[in-house]
Amino acid sequence: MKCKVCGREAVIKLKAYNTSLCADDFISFFEKRVEETIRKYSLLKNGRPIVAVSGGKDSLTLWYILNKLGVAADGIYVNLGIGEYSLNSLEKVKKMAQRLNRKVYIFDVCEIVGKNIEGIARIMKRVPCSACGMVKRYVMNRVCLDMGYDVVLTGHNLDDEASALFGNLLYWREGYLWKKDLTLEEKDGRLSRKAKPLFLCSERETAAYAIVSRIDYIYEECPLSFDAKSLVYKEVLNRIEEISPGTKIAFVKGYLKMLKKRKAFEEEGDGKGMGVCEVCGYPARGLRCAMCRLMEKSDTSKQIAFIEYNPEEA
Amino acid sequence: MKIEYDGKVMELDRPILVYKLLEKLSLNRETYLVVVNDRLVTEDHRLLPGDHVRLIRVVSGG
Repeated sequence: MKCKVCGREAVIKLKAYNTSLCADDFISFFEKRVEETIRKYSLLKNGRPIVAVSGGKDSLTLWYILNKLGVAADGIYVNLGIGEYSLNSLEKVKKMAQRLNRKVYIFDVCEIVGKNIEGIARIMKRVPCSACGMVKRYVMNRVCLDMGYDVVLTGHNLDDEASALFGNLLYWREGYLWKKDLTLEEKDGRLSRKAKPLFLCSERETAAYAIVSRIDYIYEECPLSFDAKSLVYKEVLNRIEEISPGTKIAFVKGYLKMLKKRKAFEEEGDGKGMGVCEVCGYPARGLRCAMCRLMEKSDTSKQIAFIEYNPEEA
Repeated sequence: MKIEYDGKVMELDRPILVYKLLEKLSLNRETYLVVVNDRLVTEDHRLLPGDHVRLIRVVSGG
């Protein structure tokens, strides 16, 4: 198969775009899409960004591309204490920090809370994925605001958004259905701005970009997410995509159009009805936020703190 | 040729096209990328004896 741009040997066929590309032209194609998404949806607003990194293909690709495009961005990493998996992912994150020569803030749950994410899930009476989401949201918000950044960027991709949308529609979870967006606006100096530059890039494209750009990411799936419903939804959507290329992007872009119309009629936003935690002063749906409730139940004497890993000093 | 996927390893001694291999293993073309001798290839690529093939699952969840 030949590259549709230069005629050299192609490395990927993109059926949704009816094209096939060589490594160099695919890199240009992918970077252009990310750059256009950032510009079209004003994701950065000239602010100072920080990237939430996990060691996986999406977040490391996003971190790498931003710096390659000239957007200086540091990273945030949450060490969940999941044995070998966390050790490997931290190693990948540090390796990328060295490659980019950028700083990464590390929050170690075992060090601060005294338990790994499975222990935290038991205390919170939640499944591990839910506890992980809560801790990561809190840490991303704190690092962004405390360290003077303007926006947290996450590696959520087209498949993440399509599968979440699919799940919300299957169960008609109206409360969640209209909350998905490319950005979440800053609120009262307590809730940081968030944005998803890979929103319109598929997992397959992102993984292909990571491979051709020699990004060393963790291939293994998180051992605690093996039965996550999102994995089933993604498989179902990929079966549809295989038969009908372009379905996922049409699904998500269609949603964005509907969301825009809806926003024009309603004034609605995250943070609505949200109070302030009496302990840490960050957003809470009650007197205390979920993170401060966790710290109390964990009997830890530690305070929330982050390790600053600076490749220049390592 | 040596084929690695999902923590498994298999050997195949006959040439085969990438998409035929994926079909044979009942793997979705959207869910897997194929790397041959450290190079990403398209689904019409012919795999030959001696090739080192990695089928990389691109889906992550949680």
